[in-house]
Amino acid sequence: MPPEGSIGVVSPGIALFEEPIALKSGARLERYELAYETYGTLNAARTNAVLVCHALNASHHVAGVYANDADNVGWWDNLIGPGKPVDTNRFFVVGINNIGGCHGSTGPASINPATGKPWGADFPVVTVEDWVEAQSRLATRLGIDRFAAVMGGSLGAMQAMQWAIDQPARVAHSIVIAAAPKLSAQNIAFNEVARQAITTDPDFHGGNYYSQGVVPRRGLRIARMIGHITYLSDDAMAEKFGRELRGGGLKFNFDVEFQIESYLRHQADKFAERFDANTYLRITKALDYFDPAAARGGNLSAALEGAGAKFLVVSFTSDWRFSPARSREIVKALLDNRLDVSYAEIDAPHGHDAFLMEDPRYHNLLRAYFDNIAREVAA
Amino acid sequence: MTRLDTPASLSARPDFLAIARWIRRDAKVLDLGCGDGSLLRHLREARGVTGYGMEIADANVLACVKAGVNVLQSDLESGLSGFEDGSFDYVILSQTLQAIRHTERIVREMLRVGREGIVTFPNFGYWRPRLQVMFGNMPVSKTLPYEWYDTPNIHLFTIDDFENFCARHGIRILEKNIMVEGRPVTWMPNLRGSLAVYRFDRA
Repeated sequence: MPPEGSIGVVSPGIALFEEPIALKSGARLERYELAYETYGTLNAARTNAVLVCHALNASHHVAGVYANDADNVGWWDNLIGPGKPVDTNRFFVVGINNIGGCHGSTGPASINPATGKPWGADFPVVTVEDWVEAQSRLATRLGIDRFAAVMGGSLGAMQAMQWAIDQPARVAHSIVIAAAPKLSAQNIAFNEVARQAITTDPDFHGGNYYSQGVVPRRGLRIARMIGHITYLSDDAMAEKFGRELRGGGLKFNFDVEFQIESYLRHQADKFAERFDANTYLRITKALDYFDPAAARGGNLSAALEGAGAKFLVVSFTSDWRFSPARSREIVKALLDNRLDVSYAEIDAPHGHDAFLMEDPRYHNLLRAYFDNIAREVAA
Repeated sequence: MTRLDTPASLSARPDFLAIARWIRRDAKVLDLGCGDGSLLRHLREARGVTGYGMEIADANVLACVKAGVNVLQSDLESGLSGFEDGSFDYVILSQTLQAIRHTERIVREMLRVGREGIVTFPNFGYWRPRLQVMFGNMPVSKTLPYEWYDTPNIHLFTIDDFENFCARHGIRILEKNIMVEGRPVTWMPNLRGSLAVYRFDRA
């Protein structure tokens, strides 16, 4: 059953693009498909569209459930739906699985037309810029000239920023949640551990594991565990698990003993079932490469010079992966350009994952912001 | 930092009207402790300013977003280190200076990130609070509406005190407006004025 207040049953679409896309790496995709979902109705003036960009391990399935999979609830269902802060009665919401993904869009597991076999290791490294370009082509196809808002959390927020830089005429509001203007060495280090876990798994086969009939499960599991630890705060983990044991006492062996171990293993198993290792490698690279200031000598203010969107930037006090200080760097660059920006620092205990949680301060803020957007676009 | 009062309308805040008269059109303004954003909203509508408010309280941040006012959630006491020198034409601190712990630092920071500073404050030298103290009690009034034990106002001062502070800290007063009940006071302002508005820069 869909959660109460959910938009309910939704179904994805696939858009095929025959015109090649030149990627930042220099590689080209001659043709590609994008999986997407839409909720609500595009108004006659086509002014009420909202693009929701996904982060590391999510997809175009933002809200609702599938008819044949009622347990598969969209990853931002608590925020987006009828009467919710991003109200699908007023907005036309679009979710897109990015290229390189593993939920229906062209990615490493897709067939490479040149060989007739899965791309595997040959699938190019993709970037946030590439994703924004692909998303903008789908927007055009859907009849959207300009988004009322482009929004996302974490890596999704980076796409919302990139939209404001690359497509300034096509985005009215950029909503940047739990973001950073670029990854720190520590952030990259965590990603590298995850990648090493995958690439050193004997079942990885240099990325061409599809033809071997195996998946690098062990690597994916460890990658997910590492990632998951960085999404939670120390306090949230202490609160949820503490040092609680599954059995009565210590067993003096290496089975699952602490509840946190059990939780991590469960998360890892779930993830390894549904996520593609080659996609994980590429998405973490896209994170590492994201640095819009690099092209302007490291000056983020200069990188945002052409942006015209209004910004809402939100951070969470307990987020140590992308801390509030990183969001303040973004805010400062926006101020330097005299852009309209509001910044909220939500005192939430959940760490980086707070952006996915239903916190009243956070959701009331987004509701107020989207109410104003709705008034602007007469939605 | 929250304001002393939450006005129902601008008419309840004569200091806002005084500030609006001083601010150049299209200026870039930072309002420290901006409350529900009503000053910035007024300045945007009346003077076309690009304004940003700074607020710590969640409820005020939400009120600003509702009002369509740019607001940055941050604690004034942690300083303005996120801003470059000379980022703003004006930095405003209305009815908040008396509630700030590090008075010297905030005024110094105002004049670092802004070309000019504007402060408004309740005058502790006004005859009513003087009389209350003379009769043996800490003053409670419309502009100082707290009991001594629950007041956020930890640095109460008078108009004379503020001018001495400016002289001692190399601050040049450009303009001032002393008021009582919204009307200007020129004769014996430190005794007869309840509310002071000052515009200043670095001497």
